[in-house]
Amino acid sequence: MADAASGAVGASPRARSGSALTKTLRKALGLRRTQIGIGITLVILLLALVGPFLAPYEPSAFIAKPFAKPGPDYLLGTDVRGRDLLSRLLHGGLAVVWMSVAAATIGMLLGGTVGLLAAYSRNWFGEFLMRLMDVFLALPTIIMVLMFVSLLGAQQWLIVLLVGVSQMPQVARVTQGVAADIVRRDFVLFAEALNVPRYKILHREVLPNVMTPLLVEYGIRIVWAIAGIAALSVMGYGIQPPDADWGLIINENRGRLATRPLGVLAPALLIALFALGVNLMAEGLSSTVSGVARKRSGQK
Amino acid sequence: MSMQPSQDIAPAVSNESDCALRVCGLRVELPDGGDIVADVSFDIRRGEVLGLVGESGSGKTTVAMALLGFARGGARITGGEIWVTTPAGEVDILAADAETLRQLRGAAVAYVPQDPAAALNPAMRIRDQLAEALLAHLPNLPRAEIENRIADAMAEVGLPRTDAFLRRYPHQMSGGQQQRIGIAMAFIIRPAVIVLDEPTTGLDVTTQNRILEVVRHLCDLHRIGALHVTHDLSVISALADRIMVMYSGRSIEVGRVVEVFDDPRHPYTQALLNAVPELQRRNALVSIAGHPARPNQRPAGCFFAPRCALADDQCRAAPVALVEDAPGHFVRCLKSGATATPYGKTLPDHSTLAAPTILAAEGLKVSYGPLNVLNGVTFEVRQGECLAIVGESGSGKSTLSRTIVGMVEFAGKGLTLKSEPLAPLARHRSQAQRQKIQYIFQSPFNSLNPRQSVEAILGLVYDTFFTGTAQDRRAAFVRVLEQVGLQEGSLDLFPDELSGGERQRVSIARALLSDPEILVCDEVTSALDVSVQAAIITLLGRLQQERGLTILFVTHDLALVRNIANRVLVLDHGIVAEIGDVGQIIDHPVHPYTRQLIQNALEADLAHRAMTSTNAQPAA
Amino acid sequence: MLWKTVFKRVVLGLCTILAVSVVIFAATNIIPGDAARAILGRAATDEAVAQLQAEMGLDRPLAVQFGSWLWGFVHLDMGKSLLSGSSVWELIQPRLANSLILLLVTSCIAIPLSVILGVLMALRAGRAFDTVANSIIIMMAGIPEFVVGIILILVFSTHLLPILPPTSMLPVGETLAQNLSILVLPVTTLVAAILPYLSRLVRGTLLDALSSEYVVTARLKGVRERDVIIRHALRNSLVPAIQASALSLGYILGGAVVVEFVFQYPGLGTALRDAIASRDLFVIQGVVLIFATGYVVFNLVADVLTILVTPRLRG
Repeated sequence: MADAASGAVGASPRARSGSALTKTLRKALGLRRTQIGIGITLVILLLALVGPFLAPYEPSAFIAKPFAKPGPDYLLGTDVRGRDLLSRLLHGGLAVVWMSVAAATIGMLLGGTVGLLAAYSRNWFGEFLMRLMDVFLALPTIIMVLMFVSLLGAQQWLIVLLVGVSQMPQVARVTQGVAADIVRRDFVLFAEALNVPRYKILHREVLPNVMTPLLVEYGIRIVWAIAGIAALSVMGYGIQPPDADWGLIINENRGRLATRPLGVLAPALLIALFALGVNLMAEGLSSTVSGVARKRSGQK
Repeated sequence: MSMQPSQDIAPAVSNESDCALRVCGLRVELPDGGDIVADVSFDIRRGEVLGLVGESGSGKTTVAMALLGFARGGARITGGEIWVTTPAGEVDILAADAETLRQLRGAAVAYVPQDPAAALNPAMRIRDQLAEALLAHLPNLPRAEIENRIADAMAEVGLPRTDAFLRRYPHQMSGGQQQRIGIAMAFIIRPAVIVLDEPTTGLDVTTQNRILEVVRHLCDLHRIGALHVTHDLSVISALADRIMVMYSGRSIEVGRVVEVFDDPRHPYTQALLNAVPELQRRNALVSIAGHPARPNQRPAGCFFAPRCALADDQCRAAPVALVEDAPGHFVRCLKSGATATPYGKTLPDHSTLAAPTILAAEGLKVSYGPLNVLNGVTFEVRQGECLAIVGESGSGKSTLSRTIVGMVEFAGKGLTLKSEPLAPLARHRSQAQRQKIQYIFQSPFNSLNPRQSVEAILGLVYDTFFTGTAQDRRAAFVRVLEQVGLQEGSLDLFPDELSGGERQRVSIARALLSDPEILVCDEVTSALDVSVQAAIITLLGRLQQERGLTILFVTHDLALVRNIANRVLVLDHGIVAEIGDVGQIIDHPVHPYTRQLIQNALEADLAHRAMTSTNAQPAA
Repeated sequence: MLWKTVFKRVVLGLCTILAVSVVIFAATNIIPGDAARAILGRAATDEAVAQLQAEMGLDRPLAVQFGSWLWGFVHLDMGKSLLSGSSVWELIQPRLANSLILLLVTSCIAIPLSVILGVLMALRAGRAFDTVANSIIIMMAGIPEFVVGIILILVFSTHLLPILPPTSMLPVGETLAQNLSILVLPVTTLVAAILPYLSRLVRGTLLDALSSEYVVTARLKGVRERDVIIRHALRNSLVPAIQASALSLGYILGGAVVVEFVFQYPGLGTALRDAIASRDLFVIQGVVLIFATGYVVFNLVADVLTILVTPRLRG
């Protein structure tokens, strides 16, 4: 038995750990679903980025009669106008990839900022921001994009921006939800009592604590953006012909779905795979937070 | 001294038919195989209250839940027997099938939860929740009989039995009322044994005293045995007949309360008892060096050996068994009876310092909307003293402490620091003023950013007040960590890698880093175990002496006040009721509110209770 | 207290609709080229355009135009279609009915199915059924609904298994009631879109409830497992399920546009697309505002239901 002076407690003999976020990521990487997700996503990304260099033909070159059957010259056959389907597929990934990632990023930046501000402002302003988000939420993504596109024309940057903005309210809700709990914690009060600037408190004290849920949300937002942007293309409001885009390819070839399914099915599956890959990554990450392997309690 | 190992016998029971519950060799394991609790045996007689004490991580709650055949969070009960007496004879709870177990739960062994606010179904009226406890076991009970029993149960716990009250939902009741419902729900079916898991945590002293009285009375009245789990030794002395002390998953001392308190035989029990501050004298507080080992990392021999002053090679060699040291007094120690920690000596009270005023408040007023929390508080703090601010919950003491550091805006004439006026909010004060007053929060689990290493946590303060090279910075951190008893290696750790006590030391280090003159401590030990509390209090006392710090110590615990403070300020509904010398206020209170406060504290005081219970029940 | 809370929510919902209508009105008025020129075409003289503007009231201040537009909307008078000249409401009304039928049938299938699936997964958490169902659902969750629609058409409407019509176009003069088979594929697609989200949410909330303190207390009271699940766990998982169902309904409303496109279903979505193709301004305004109103109404109903089943909110 000793008194407090010698009751010194020191560093526990535990391994030096990296930052908390790195730890979470490492844990997520150990999960099978994350690994599969990363694998699928990498394949799609590779296809989208390198594809244009591998394509045997120009994507807009007419090389044979429309809807020709697959053959040695054109491995997947030709499309509605007699262009090489494979070449169009190889060229058509980039737009889907960059547009959906960009739209999700815009949504995250806007929504994250709004959510953090709303959570941290302890007055009417936060309430007002969230009500404003409700207004945006009342306009479904597709409807909002269609409305503006019909008025301003189908331009890529406009679609990216609109899909991004339409993601903002959901991101803001999620961010506000997790941050509202953090900003009430004592360590935030402590920093305020030191007169640390508010932006620095948000950045240094609050943000690291909401980073993991935000990353999960980022994944979910990319998945939604893929679905939204591809759907717009499918309906003819994305990239305009003759450029290639997976969604547009579906739109062009859907007339012969019954007899030449490949022209629709191939791009559809590529889009679905991309969404699936990102979704699996988000799932893996989120299960490190919520602890999916929960045990049932109260039973023997 | 009979040296029979405990696994072979259940501790002696004088009269078999009098036994309500017997536990033999209970073992609960984690999924990875390490044991949380093992080799635990005890019994509870009808009408007897067994107090189960231990610090966090000792396994006391695990034992309590096991009595209901239940283990939390993936843990499993892997060994032992728990025999409970039912009208149909003795039944082993751990051997029962699912349906039998269901019938035993509630009817044979009932449970009073720790936090009634979470344990009562928020969407059910309390009448339905009470009726459910009956109907689960007596499905054919007539409606009128159910109503009668509910009315009786409500009367027993001192709640109104009106229809309007029974139609309430849990959120429409106070915390004390919710816990009375929890107790009524457990007693309503007259089980053989009741398990209470820290039922009065979070309630203030007055409510706690009343609820303990109800439990004691009902156990006596219906001859129901009880296992009362608590970390608060004074609760045991008020309520229990016998006590079981747990350490690191083992029972280390079992016996009659008076005997264990008078003559603690295990070194850990001795240390624990001497870590509790007393109200009627200023006793030297004892803290225990080191930590209890985690499951899977426990030493080969006695688990307490690494922290025990008496331990020798024999202690460290092999597991130690619980043996009956004296009739009915079981101890798990080879040195049983030897004095490791002598009964804490009485120290002189701190006296009022003759020093200049450093901080003064005049007519301080704070309100949250229409609610006035502080109604004109005036006092002075002298340089280098420890001024305790005491009061019940709702007295405004926490608000006062936050006002001083500028987290809460005040009106009225205001605050002066060394005769310079202080702006209400911290951000309007000068850098030098902010530097001079630092604050330590109640909960070390909330006040440190879980996503920052200790270095980053300290860095925020350093970068706010100082500029220096990386070496200067690190040297400053190491220096301040040393002062609070932490090593340099802690700098790289995150809060979740530190124990509660270590976290609070980091909080103190963070406050000291700016080189303050005044330290405002808001209930800084209330979230800590009693032996850790002793260490933190000793540390604060030392810092006050060595650095000439002025300490404002906010607390509800008057015994703690006696130990650390020079002077005491009693706050009642936002007004200073009394202020004066610590010995004077506690021994000779003048204001009626102070008297009431001291009276309530005395009821809950360990030494006082131990004394009166010795007088009341002479050893049989 | 109860009615006061409900009243507050209703007012808040009305404010949201008002704000949305401002956005829609503003958006449709900032575009270059106004309605009158759209009707008359590029070749029209400025005088003719000005005359038509005066006839349509487009020369009034914007605020007045907005007021009369909103007032008209409340009375189901949304102006006349620029294209056909017939009343917008008459044009939209049958489409709205078809969309509502799609919504109703989908939700009647998707919501109960999701709840049942979610509850079963939660009750078997960690066991084979849960693991398998969960994996399948995670797979489904990432797939855009038009892909599901295409695959369904391929399987059920082409050579593989040609039992259902590939498109949902109505023969002229017939109503939906006479052609119920056209509903099957769109409904299936929408159910597949909602099911993953809703069922996993139900699973999650029920798991949370099952590990809550009040469920532990109920079990330790000796309450039968069936009653523990129904009275304690399910009862307290209602609120998130209600909220999520409302969100899903709102989602069907928007997502249906794509599904309607894939199947050529004669609902509001295709009406909107047609209107956009022909720049039929008043139809666009009307349809978008109906979508927004629907969303707000679903959430309002969910909020009121939440208040009704949560004693704490009832005060």
